[in-house]
Amino acid sequence: MILKYLLKRIAVLVPVFLFVVTVVFFMIRFAPGGPFDSEKRVSPEIMKNLQAKYHMDEPLYKQYFRYLGDLAQGDLGPSFKHANRSVNEIIFEALPVSAELGLISLTWALLIGLAAGLVASMRPNTWLDYIPMSFSLIGISLPTFVIGPVLVLVFALWNDWLPVAGWNSWQDRILPSLTLGMAYAAYISRLTRGGMMEIRSQDFMRTAKMKGLSEMQVVVRHGLKGGLLPVISYLGPALAGIITGALVTESIFHIPGLGRFFVESAVNRDYTVVMGTALLYFALIFFCNLLVDIVYAFLDPRVRYE
Amino acid sequence: MSSSITLTMEKHLATTSVAEEKGSSLWQDAFHRLKKNKLALAGAIFLLLEITIAVLTPVIAPYSFEEQNLEMTMAPMSAQHWLGTDSLGRDLLTRLMYGGRISLLVGILASLVSVFIGVLYGATAGFFGGKIDNWMMRIVDVLYALPFIFMVIILMVYFGRNFVLLFVALGATQWLTMARIVRGQVMSLKEKEFVEAARSIGVGDFKILTRHLIPNSLGPVIVYLTLTVPAVILEEAFLSFLGLGVQAPMASWGTLISSGVEAMEIAPRVLIAPAICLSLTLLSLNFLGDGLRDALDPKGARD
Amino acid sequence: MALLKITDLKVSFHTRRGIARAVNGLSLDIEKGETLCLVGESGSGKSVSQMSYLGLIPKPPMRIDGGRVEFEGTDLLSVSDQKLREFRGNQITMIFQEPMTSLNPYLKIGFQVGEPLMIHQKLSKKEAIKLAEGAMERVGIRDVAHAINAYPHEFSGGMRQRVMIAMALLTRPKLLIADEPTTALDVTVQAQILELLKDLQKETGMSILFITHDLGVVAGIADRVLVMYGGRSFEYGSAEDVFYRSQHPYTQALLRSMPRVDLPVNEIPSIPGFPPDITKLKSGCPFYDRCNYKKSVCENEFPLIRNVTPKHETYCHVQEFVQ
Repeated sequence: MILKYLLKRIAVLVPVFLFVVTVVFFMIRFAPGGPFDSEKRVSPEIMKNLQAKYHMDEPLYKQYFRYLGDLAQGDLGPSFKHANRSVNEIIFEALPVSAELGLISLTWALLIGLAAGLVASMRPNTWLDYIPMSFSLIGISLPTFVIGPVLVLVFALWNDWLPVAGWNSWQDRILPSLTLGMAYAAYISRLTRGGMMEIRSQDFMRTAKMKGLSEMQVVVRHGLKGGLLPVISYLGPALAGIITGALVTESIFHIPGLGRFFVESAVNRDYTVVMGTALLYFALIFFCNLLVDIVYAFLDPRVRYE
Repeated sequence: MSSSITLTMEKHLATTSVAEEKGSSLWQDAFHRLKKNKLALAGAIFLLLEITIAVLTPVIAPYSFEEQNLEMTMAPMSAQHWLGTDSLGRDLLTRLMYGGRISLLVGILASLVSVFIGVLYGATAGFFGGKIDNWMMRIVDVLYALPFIFMVIILMVYFGRNFVLLFVALGATQWLTMARIVRGQVMSLKEKEFVEAARSIGVGDFKILTRHLIPNSLGPVIVYLTLTVPAVILEEAFLSFLGLGVQAPMASWGTLISSGVEAMEIAPRVLIAPAICLSLTLLSLNFLGDGLRDALDPKGARD
Repeated sequence: MALLKITDLKVSFHTRRGIARAVNGLSLDIEKGETLCLVGESGSGKSVSQMSYLGLIPKPPMRIDGGRVEFEGTDLLSVSDQKLREFRGNQITMIFQEPMTSLNPYLKIGFQVGEPLMIHQKLSKKEAIKLAEGAMERVGIRDVAHAINAYPHEFSGGMRQRVMIAMALLTRPKLLIADEPTTALDVTVQAQILELLKDLQKETGMSILFITHDLGVVAGIADRVLVMYGGRSFEYGSAEDVFYRSQHPYTQALLRSMPRVDLPVNEIPSIPGFPPDITKLKSGCPFYDRCNYKKSVCENEFPLIRNVTPKHETYCHVQEFVQ
C-alpha cells in the first residue's frame, strides 16, 4: 500500500525534476555574464583553455545533455569558482551544517510552539492564552532578518553572553537556531491552539469525558492525534521555510552552510554550484513534503484508506 | 421521523434568515462586523496613514533620499534629523519614508500580479471542470512543492535587479493559493440558480465567467489579497536584505534593515527604525486580513 | 430509595449575550430497572439538565444555580471532580444523539469501547479489549475480531450507535442516560436499537433515562414520562397517565401533533408559535404565548404542583379542559 503510494509520488517527481533542471539550466545560461567575467585580463588562450576545460566551448545543447548524463550518475560537476573542488564535495561539507541548523531550529519551534499552543487551548481566554498568543503574533510578524540582528545586538554585542557569529562551539548554535525557529514556533503555537480548540468542540471529546477520563487524559488520549494534524501538515511548508530562511540566517551568522554557497555562487555565476544547490533544495523540500504526507496518513485513518 | 414541532421550528429558522438577508447586504454586514473587530480596525487605520504618508512623501519628506552629507554621518536623533542620519549622512526619516513607498508599491503591484494570474487560472479550471480542471490543479499541486524563492533569486541575480522584474517575479510566486480559492468558488457558484438562469437565456461562457462567477467570488479573493501583500513585502525585504532586491541609492525597508545591521553596534536606531516599520506593517496587514476573513465568512469566524 | 433523585435543579448559561436560564427547577426520580422518558422540543433543557450534573458542559459558561442530584444517596453536585469521575462512565453512562461524530475517528474501535474498563477497573489494554469484544458481540456487531481493529468511519450510523451502547454498558452501569440515541438513524435501524436497549435492560436491570422529542419512541419504551418545556416540568406520570389521561394543554398539543398513519402529513396539526427564548423568560408560564387555554394569572405566575393522582403531577393553572 505505502510502497505503491511512494512509487506513484516518485513517478511524478521525475518529470518535475527534469523540468526544473531544464529551466534552471537554460535560465542561467541565457542570462548575461559568465563565470569568467572577472578574469578579463587573462589571455585569450588561457580563456580558451578554461572554456574547454569546463566544456563551455561546446554548443549549449551538448552541454545540457552532458549535464543530464552526469546528473544521472550523481555527479554535479566541478565548481567553476572554487578551483579543484567538485560541487559534490562542497555539498558534502555544507549540507550537514545546514541540516544541523535546520533540525535544531525545528526542535525549538516544535517544543516552544506545541507547549504554548497546548496551554493556551486548555485555558482559552485567560492570561495563559493571551500571553503566549500575543508573543506568537509578534513572532509571526518579525522576519528572520530582524530577529537575528536584534538577538545579536542584545545577547552578543550589548551583553557578552553568546558569540556573534561562527559555527564551532555549541554556543554558536543558540542564536542562529533561535532566529530561524522563532517564527515557526509562533506559527506552530497558533496552529496547535486552533487545532486543539477545534478538536475540543467535537462530540467525541464529550464521549471521552463521559467515560470518566480526567481533563488531561481526554486531551492527551483523544485530542492530540486529531488536534495536531494541522501542525503536521504545516511541517512540510515549515521545513521548506526553514530551508529558505537559512539563506538569511547563515549569512547573518557567517555559517558555512548550503545557503551561503547558494547565494554566493549565484552572485559569482558559479553555474554548477548554483545548479547543484538549487536541485538539492528542490529534492530536500520534495522529500520533506513526502515524509509529512506519510506521517499524516499514518495519523489520520480516514486519509489512509482513500 | 421528526415530529411536526421540529418542522415548524425549521420553517421558523428559514424565514428569519431570509428576513435578515433582505435587511442588509452581505457587504454591509461584513463591514459592520469588521468595524467591531478592534485589531482589524487599528490595522486598517495604521495602513491608511502609512499609505497617505507614502503617497505624499515627495512633498513632505524633509530631505532628499540620496543626498549625502559626509560631515553629518551617523548623527544622533535631533530636531534637524528626527531619526538621525545614516553612515553616508542621509536623513534616516526620509530614507524610511521613501523605503516605505517602495516596499508598499512592490507589495501591492506583486499582489495584483498574483491576483491576475490566480483568478484567471483558477476561474478557467473551475469553469471548465472535468479533465481540464484535473490537469490544471495537478500542476498547481506540483508547483506548490517547488520553492519559488530560489527561482526568484536566480532570476534577480542573472537578469539584473530590475524593478518590474522584481514584482512580476514575486507575484508569480504567490498565485497558487489564489488559484485554488477562485477555482473552489467558481466550482460551487456555477451550480447556483442564477448561473443556470443566465445560461438558459443564452448568455455565453465568457460573459457568465466575467459577469457572474468572478464578481461573486470576490470576497475570498480580497481576503487572500490582504494576506498576500504582507507575504510579498516580506519576500521583497528578504531579497533586499540579501542584496538581491532594490538597488542603491533606492531603498526599501529590506535594504534599510540590511544596512542597519552593519551599523547596529554604533547606532541601533538605524536597524530598529526600519525593523519596526516593516513589522508593524506586516502585523497590520495580517490583522486586517484575518478581520476581513472573519467578517466575510461569519460561519468560520472565531468567537 | 430511588436510584437517582433530582430536586429543584436550576442551570443557566452566562454568555456575553446575556443569561440563558436553561433549567428552572426540575425535579424527577428514577427507580431501579425502570425507563423514564424526558420529552420536549429542542431547547427545552432536557439534555442540558442531565449533562449539567455529570460535568459534561464547560463551566463557564454553564452554571448550576441550585438543587440536589442524589445518586444512591450521594449528592453529585457537592462531590469533587475526581469523585464525580468515578461515577461517570462507570455507574452512570451516557449515549448520544450523534453516532456519526461521537466516536473518535483517529482511534481503533476496540480501544474506545474498552477504555472505560481501563480507567475504572484498572484493566490492561489487552484485557479491556478482550471484554469489549464480548460486549460488541452482545450488541449485534458482526465480525468482532475485525471490528476491534477498525476505525469508526468504516461503520454505518446504526453500527456506530451499537458500538456506543457496547461502550456504555461494559462497566455494567446502574443508570444509562440515552440522549436521543435514535434520532439520527433510519426508522428500521431505530426500531432495532430500541429493541436492543429493552433487551439489555431486562438482562442487566439497569435504569434508563431516555431523552427524546419523539412521542412515537416514548410510547414504545417508557414506564414513566416527564414532559419538559422552557426548562420546567409540565407533566410527570406513568406512560398511561401522560398518553391517555393528560392534564396539560402542552402535552395534549404534543400528542395531537404526532405523525399519524391515518392523516396526510400536512393535516397533522402543529402547535402554532415558537418555543420561548430562554434568555428572556419571565416569571410566568413559558407556554403562555402559545396556549389556547391561558388565563390572566398564567402570564406572571408559574403554577404550583397539582397531583392528579399521587403518581401523576401536572403544572397548570387551568384545572379542567376539553379532552
